[in-house]
Amino acid sequence: MRLLTHNMLSSNIKGVTNGFPLRIEVEKVVEKQVEINHDFLRNIFPKIDWKAFFDASRVMGYAELPEEAPEPLVLESDLEFLRKFHHALLELHLEEGALVCPETGRKFPVNKGIPNMLLHEDEV
Amino acid sequence: MKLKQLESLLGGLQQFSNPKVELEQYPTGPHIAAGLLYTAENSFDDISNKVVADFGCGCGTLGAAAALLGAEQVIGIDIDSQSLEIATMNAEDLELDIDFIQCDISNLGWRGQIVDTVVMNPPFGTRKKGADMDFLFVALKVASQAVYSLHKTSTRDHVKRVALRDLNASSAEVLCELRFDVPQLYKFHKKKEVDIAVDLWRFVPKRSRGKDI
Repeated sequence: MRLLTHNMLSSNIKGVTNGFPLRIEVEKVVEKQVEINHDFLRNIFPKIDWKAFFDASRVMGYAELPEEAPEPLVLESDLEFLRKFHHALLELHLEEGALVCPETGRKFPVNKGIPNMLLHEDEV
Repeated sequence: MKLKQLESLLGGLQQFSNPKVELEQYPTGPHIAAGLLYTAENSFDDISNKVVADFGCGCGTLGAAAALLGAEQVIGIDIDSQSLEIATMNAEDLELDIDFIQCDISNLGWRGQIVDTVVMNPPFGTRKKGADMDFLFVALKVASQAVYSLHKTSTRDHVKRVALRDLNASSAEVLCELRFDVPQLYKFHKKKEVDIAVDLWRFVPKRSRGKDI
C-alpha cells in the first residue's frame, strides 16, 4: 500500500467522528521504483493532506519531506522537491504492518501490501 | 495500445477458481473490459495520468486494463481475500503497480473526492437486492470526474432515476448496450451459457467540497 492510498483511506467504524488519518505501524517497508510523472504530481499535490502524508512518510522511514507543504509554485520548477514527493507518495510500500484507527485504536492488519478493512459485526 | 492488444492481454489473466455465488462473482470478459476502458480513455480522457479505483475488483480485470491504458495509480477494492490474491498475481504477471484494499464497499471510509475515475462491474443485485445501487452510491462519493459502471438493461430507468435524484449524479448516460455472456459457473445454472443485456453507464458526480464518507 502506497502513501497515496493511505492519504485517502479512513476508519469507518460506527461512531467514529474522524477516522482520518489512520496511524501506520510498520513491520516491513518495500521500495519499488516507478517512473516520475511531473504533471501528475502537480495535479495531485493540492489534494494531498500534507500533515498526514508527512507523518506517514516519517513512520515509513523517509525523512526528506519538508514538514510544511511548499507553495504550489515550487512544484513548477523544483525538480528536487518533485523527486522527493514522488518517492514518498508512490515508491514506498507498506508490505506488512497495520493501520490503526485514530479514535478507537483498532488495528487493521496489512499483509502482502493489502490492508484488511473488514469490520466486525459490532463495528458496523 | 491498440484495443485488440489490450483485449489479448486481459484474456490471459487468471479468473475466479471457486466463485462465490453469494458475492455474485463473475469474471468481467476481456472484450467488455477492454471496450469499457478504451472508451473511458479515448472518448473522455478519464484514465491516463489519473487516479482510478476499481470497485468490487474481483480478479482485477478492470483495474489492470486501466493501468495498461496509462492510469497513474490504480486502487482495487474487494471484500474477498481469495479474489485479491488472484488479482495480486495478475498485476504481478503484467508488471502493473496496483494497490489493493480488502473492504466491504458499503463500509468504505474515504477522505473526499480525490480519486478521478471509478470503474466497476458491480454485483447486479440478484443475491443481495440493490447491491448494484449500493456500489453506485459509494462510487459517486469517491470519484471526482466520472464513474463507469455496468447494470442490467432491464433496470435502466430505475438506475437513471435513482442516480440523478438520490445519489449525487449530475449526469447519467448509457454509453452502449452490451451482451454479457455468463458461462455456466454455478450449480444452479442450467444452461451452458446465457446472454444478459447490460448497459455501460457513465455517471458524472456532483462535486462537494471537503466531504468525507
